[in-house]
Amino acid sequence: MEVDQLQRTFHDYHASLFNEGFLDEQFVQLQQLQDESNPGFVVEVVSLFFEDSERLLNDLSKALDQVNVDFRKIDAHVHQLKGSSSSIGAQRVRNACIAFRNFCDERNIEACLQCLQQVRQEYLLVKTKLEALLRLEQQIVAAGGASPM
Amino acid sequence: MGTYNMDLCNCIEPPWPADELLMKYQYISDFFIALAYFSIPLELIYFVKKSAVFPYRWVLVQFGAFIVLCGATHLINLWTFTMHTRTVAVVMTTAKILTAVVSCATALMLVHIIPDLLSVKTRELFLKNKAAELDREMGLIRTQEETGRHVRMLTHEIRSTLDRHTILKTTLVELGRTLGLEECALWMPTRTGLELHLSYTLRHQNPVGFTVPIQLPVINQVFNTSRAVKISPNSPVARLRPAGKYMPGEVVAVRVPLLHLSNFQIHDWPELSTKRYALMVLMLPSDSARQWHVHELELVEVVADQVAVALSHAAILEESMRARDLLMEQNVALDLARREAETAVRARNDFLAVMNHEMRTPMHAIIALSSLLQETELTPEQRLMVETILKSSNILATLINDVLDLSRLEDGSLQLEIGTFSLHSLFREALNLIKPVASVKKLYVTLSLSPDLPEYAVGDEKRLMQVVLNVVGNAVKFTKEGGISISAFVAKAESLRDPRAPDFFPIPSDNHFYLRVEVKDTGSGVNPQDTPKLFMKFVQSQPLAAKNSSGSGLGLAICKRFVNLMEGQIRIESEGLGRGSTAIFIVKLGIPGRSTESELSFIHKGPGIQAKPNFSGLKVVVVDENSVGRMVTRGLLVHLGCDVLAVASGDECIRVVTHEHKVVFLDVTLPGTESFEVAVRIHEKFAKRPDRPIIVALTGNTDRTTKENCLRVGMAGVILKPVSLDKMRSVLSDLLEHGYLVESQ
Repeated sequence: MEVDQLQRTFHDYHASLFNEGFLDEQFVQLQQLQDESNPGFVVEVVSLFFEDSERLLNDLSKALDQVNVDFRKIDAHVHQLKGSSSSIGAQRVRNACIAFRNFCDERNIEACLQCLQQVRQEYLLVKTKLEALLRLEQQIVAAGGASPM
Repeated sequence: MGTYNMDLCNCIEPPWPADELLMKYQYISDFFIALAYFSIPLELIYFVKKSAVFPYRWVLVQFGAFIVLCGATHLINLWTFTMHTRTVAVVMTTAKILTAVVSCATALMLVHIIPDLLSVKTRELFLKNKAAELDREMGLIRTQEETGRHVRMLTHEIRSTLDRHTILKTTLVELGRTLGLEECALWMPTRTGLELHLSYTLRHQNPVGFTVPIQLPVINQVFNTSRAVKISPNSPVARLRPAGKYMPGEVVAVRVPLLHLSNFQIHDWPELSTKRYALMVLMLPSDSARQWHVHELELVEVVADQVAVALSHAAILEESMRARDLLMEQNVALDLARREAETAVRARNDFLAVMNHEMRTPMHAIIALSSLLQETELTPEQRLMVETILKSSNILATLINDVLDLSRLEDGSLQLEIGTFSLHSLFREALNLIKPVASVKKLYVTLSLSPDLPEYAVGDEKRLMQVVLNVVGNAVKFTKEGGISISAFVAKAESLRDPRAPDFFPIPSDNHFYLRVEVKDTGSGVNPQDTPKLFMKFVQSQPLAAKNSSGSGLGLAICKRFVNLMEGQIRIESEGLGRGSTAIFIVKLGIPGRSTESELSFIHKGPGIQAKPNFSGLKVVVVDENSVGRMVTRGLLVHLGCDVLAVASGDECIRVVTHEHKVVFLDVTLPGTESFEVAVRIHEKFAKRPDRPIIVALTGNTDRTTKENCLRVGMAGVILKPVSLDKMRSVLSDLLEHGYLVESQ
C-alpha cells in the first residue's frame, strides 16, 4: 500500500518537474540508461553534476571578481556548465547558461554577474528538486518496490 | 481189209472207204488236236498255279476234265482209222460218253459262270474309272497345295519389304510365275482420282504412261466386287500387248484397295466406304487352251488383299519417315533460330549493359548538379526551370532503369530477392509516397488492410513495392477527380479461382498465402476490349486523351512480369471510358516462421525498432572534457553494449587509442581548434593501418563551420548533443554498416 502511494507521489512529482520546465527529454534518456547492470546510474550522474556545477559556479565567481576579467575563461566555464546541464537535462540551467554566454560575448560584466546569479539560482532549484526526487526513489526501493526510474 | 475178214477178227469196219491221203491228213489232225487238248489244261494248271487269285478252280477242273476227255477221244480216234479191236471201240465209246457228260456239265456250269465273269469285267472297268477320277482329284489337290504354297511365299515376299515399289514389283513377278501369266499389270489411280495410270507391268520394262478414265463400265464392274472378275481382252485396261495375230488368253482383273491411315479407327475395321482402288490385270498366255480356274481366281483375290495391306504398311512407313525428316529439318531450323536468338539476346544485353552505364553516368551528373543548383540562390523563374530539369531527368532515370529491368525480366535472369518484411509498413510507405502527388491533384487516397492480413510476409519487398507503386501511380495518373482506394486482403481459395482468369490455378498451402490487392480509381477508365493490351510493352492507351501523360508504357508490363514471377496474376477491369477502373493483382507470399525456406536475416528499417542490434564488445573511445557529458555518453554506449574507454582530454585519447577501437567519439564543444588537432593526430597515428578508428564529432553547435571543419579533418560525421538512445543506436549502425554517417546532423 505504501509502495503504491509512494510510486504515485513519485510519478506526480516527476511529471511536475517536466511540466515546470526544470527537466527535459534528456533526463528521460538518462533514466532509460539505468537498468539492472547499472542500477545507480542516474544517482551517479546527478551527483557528478552537482559536484561539477558547484565547482564551476565557484570558478565563475572567482573569475568575475578579478580585476581583469578573462572573458575567454568565463566563456569556457559557462560552456562547460551548459554542456553538463544539457547532458543531464536541466533545462532551465542550460537556458540561463546560453544567456550568460551571449553577455559574455558582449563582454558585459554587469550582465554577466546578473546571469551568474540567475544560473546559480536555477542550479539550486534544480538541485533541490532532484534531491527530493532521488529521496523518493530511495524510499520506494527501501519499501520493497521497484525503482521507478 | 475186206469184208471177208470181218467174221474172223470180229473187227469193226470203218464207216467210210479207206482213202489213203485223206486218212493220213485226218490222222495227223487228230494227233495235233489231241496234243492241243492235252496241253491246254497243262497250261491252265500251270498259270492258275502261278496266279493266286483265280476264284473258279472247280470250273477249271471241270474244264480240264472236259478238255482232257475230248483229247482222249481224239486220241483214241487215231486207232479207229485202221482196223481196231473191239476193246478200242469200247474204250472209244466210253471216252465219248464221258466226254459228252462232262461237256454237258460244263456247258451247264458255264451258263452260271459267264455272267459272273462278265460282271467282274464290269467292276473292273468301274474301278478303273474310279482310279482315274481319284488320280484327277489328286492332281487337283496337289495343284491347290502348290498354289497355297505359292500364295504363302508370295505373301512372304510382299510383306518382307516395306518399300512400296518392291512390294508391287514382287507381287507381279511372283504372280506371273505362279500362275504362268503372260502379262500382269497394275493400274494406280492418279492424284485427281479421275484416271487410272499404268504403273507397273511384268514384261514391259518401261511402261509408257497409259491412262484410262476411271469411270469405264468395266472398271466399275471390277471395283464393285471384291472378287476377281473375268474381263474381255479387248477392254482398254487389258490391251497392253501389241495386237498380234494370236488369240489372246483370258484376262482377269481384281481391285486392290488402297487403305489410308485415316481409315483405321481404333476399334473398327477399316472403313471401305471412301475408296481408292488400284486395278490389277492378269492375262493368261495367248493361244493356250488354259482357262482361269476357280482356285486361281481365289489365289488372285487373296494376293490382292495382301498387297493392299502391305501397301498400307508401306504408306504408313513412308508417312512416318517423311514426318521424321520434316521434324529433323524443323529441329535444325529451330536450333539455328535459337542460336541466333541467343546471339541476339547476348548482343542486346551487352549493348544494354554498356548503354546503361553510359546513359546512367551523365544522368547522375544531371540529377546531382540540378539538385545542387536547387540549393543555390535562384530567381523563381530559374527555380522553376531547375525543378523541371530535375523532374524530367528523374523520369528519364526511371525509364533507363525500367528498360534494364524489363530486359533482365525477359530473359529470365531476374531473380526475386526473398526476405521477410512487414506488409503493413510496405503499404503505409506506398501510401505516404503517393499522398503528395494525389493531394496536388486534389484526389483522396484511402488504404484498407484486412484484419486477417499477416503482419509479416516473406517475399521480394522491393519488387512488390514497385508493383504497388506502379499500379497506384497509374491510378492517380489517370484520375482527374475523385480518388483512389487501395484494399489488401488475403485471397480465399474460392475467390482465387476466378472465371475471368481461367489459366490461373493457385494452390494455397500452409507455408504460403495469396495476397490480393485491389486499387480502384474514379478515373477515365479503359475500354473493356483494351484491357489485355494494357500489359503489353510500349502500348499507350488513350494517346489522345492523356496528352500530359508521360511514361514509357513499360510500367504495367514490368508489373505483370514481377507478378508472374511471384506466381500471381494481374488484371485491370473497367466498365468503360469514364467509368473508372480497378486494378487487381494477386501474388503468392510466404508466411514467416512457417515456411520451409531458410529464414534470412530479419531486415527491418525505420523507427520503432523492437530488437536491439548487437554492438556487444564494440570497443569505442569517448573524449569529453565535461565530466557529466562524458559520463552520459559513456552510459549511453555501455547501455548499447559497447566496451567504452572514456578520457577527458585529447592528449590522453591519443595515448590510449589503439587499432582495436572502432569508433572515437570526440566532443568538439571546446572552442578553438584543439579537437580538430586531435582528429588529425589520430589519423597520423594510424596512417598506415587500414582499420583505424572512425572519428565522430559530438557537438552542441549547429553551425556550419563546425560541420565543415569536422568533415575537413576526416571525421566521419557530426552528431548533435544531446544524443538520445535511439539516435546513438542508429549512428552506430550507420557507422558500422557504411563507415560514415549517412545522415550527418
